[in-house]
Amino acid sequence: MCLGIPGQIVEIIDADDLMAKVDIAGVQRPVNIGCIVDAAHPPAQCIGDWVLVHVGFAMSRIDEDEAHKTLALLTELGEAQEELAAIKASKG
Amino acid sequence: MKDNTSNQQRDAKSDTTSTLRFVDEFRDPTKARALIKEIENLLEQIPQATDRPLQIMEFCGGHTHTIFRYGIEQMLPGRIELVHGPGCPVCVLPMGRVDDCVALAERPDVIFTTFGDAMRVPGSKKSLLQAKADGADIRMVYSPLDALDLARKNPERQVIFFALGFETTMPSTALTVQQAEREGIDNFSLFCNHITTVPTIKAILDSPDMQLDGFLAPGHVSMVVGEAPFRFVAETYDKPIVITGFEPLDILQSLWMLIKQLAEGRCDVENQYSRVVPSGGNPAGLSAIHQVFELREFFEWRGLGSIDHSGVKMRDAYARFDAERKFSVPNLKIADPKSCQCGEVLKGVIRPWECKVFGGACTPETPLGALMVSSEGACAAYYNFGNLPELLAKRQHKQNKGAAA
Repeated sequence: MCLGIPGQIVEIIDADDLMAKVDIAGVQRPVNIGCIVDAAHPPAQCIGDWVLVHVGFAMSRIDEDEAHKTLALLTELGEAQEELAAIKASKG
Repeated sequence: MKDNTSNQQRDAKSDTTSTLRFVDEFRDPTKARALIKEIENLLEQIPQATDRPLQIMEFCGGHTHTIFRYGIEQMLPGRIELVHGPGCPVCVLPMGRVDDCVALAERPDVIFTTFGDAMRVPGSKKSLLQAKADGADIRMVYSPLDALDLARKNPERQVIFFALGFETTMPSTALTVQQAEREGIDNFSLFCNHITTVPTIKAILDSPDMQLDGFLAPGHVSMVVGEAPFRFVAETYDKPIVITGFEPLDILQSLWMLIKQLAEGRCDVENQYSRVVPSGGNPAGLSAIHQVFELREFFEWRGLGSIDHSGVKMRDAYARFDAERKFSVPNLKIADPKSCQCGEVLKGVIRPWECKVFGGACTPETPLGALMVSSEGACAAYYNFGNLPELLAKRQHKQNKGAAA
């Protein structure tokens, strides 16, 4: 019920009604962008944005920096473990 | 990651999932193994309680679905037990409300619109699906905006949208009503059954048999409401809580963060899902919610009973878009079938497979209780992804033991 799916804004359909065309895994559909625009980020600047779409509304702009930070942390965790395993093995 | 979906389902999806941003990246099995190893290491620092495992509740049905689809419970060390919370709006919808939907839908002037998940939830006499088969004009829609479009195209009919869901879904229905107001579309209304997360988590924490050690907070509710509403869990109840995304690595990383808090003796609100959840939530969405909705004094939940302030209704200013005021609804309280133990399952008192009718009288094809209807319901998850013969044998064994004792 609360699920969302990532999509990319490809076109502004109606800047007054805040409707945009969003590409969701190759399927394009109209999506309301009222929740992700403000004076600092007006509709015209939304083209190309990755957003999380829930029941036809873009509910959040996906923060790529945060996504990469989370993934980097997980990668480091794996690497640290490999290193520890290697140290333990060399002590053998 | 191992994906438990059937081959057929997977084939249908295979050409789409690879183009979704930050989906595959959060399903990497190497990183999953690293997280599990870290969780095991941390557990060694937490003194073992002799009588019980560490119990962590995932509130949200979306999380329950991910946990089962990827077999996350089986990957975790035995000391961690996941308790599947009541965060599935379809599953907690009381039978009387389904009857109200059917009554509204059977009015000859009405087109009743709903999300697909709600179609098969049993009412006391019939589900919406059965009502549709009997001739009611019921249409499944993807978005409340699709319902508004039906109202635009059918000015001679009354179009009612069945508004269901937590805070995640509230902005979409609120904004749709405001759009109807702007366009003067008077034949559109909401049957409002939105429910709220925070009072419900509080009710769980206040329950006398509560033994939980921490929470995974619902990621998409948090995307709307932000981090602050969850602070009371850490500050008043001394339980760690981590806002969690919906991919398998999100769940594992959040469990790792939660167990790290337990190991370090901390209780904080942490945000694992920062790529989607800003700490302040979504100001435009919150503002739409507050303009259109206000708290109900209480709302009735299937299995959990009445919880104070756990639902919203439409404000007086939007009365003409409120189906409850526009039409009369029976609004009867209907008790759940006696054989169903949905309430005990929702509270974590029994596991789904321990229910007397699980897998027999109650299956996803012929559900008695709502937990068997939705793919986010704990019972449907066990039924679809669990080892059914093994679960039923376990129940038999338990019953025999009970009879012998």
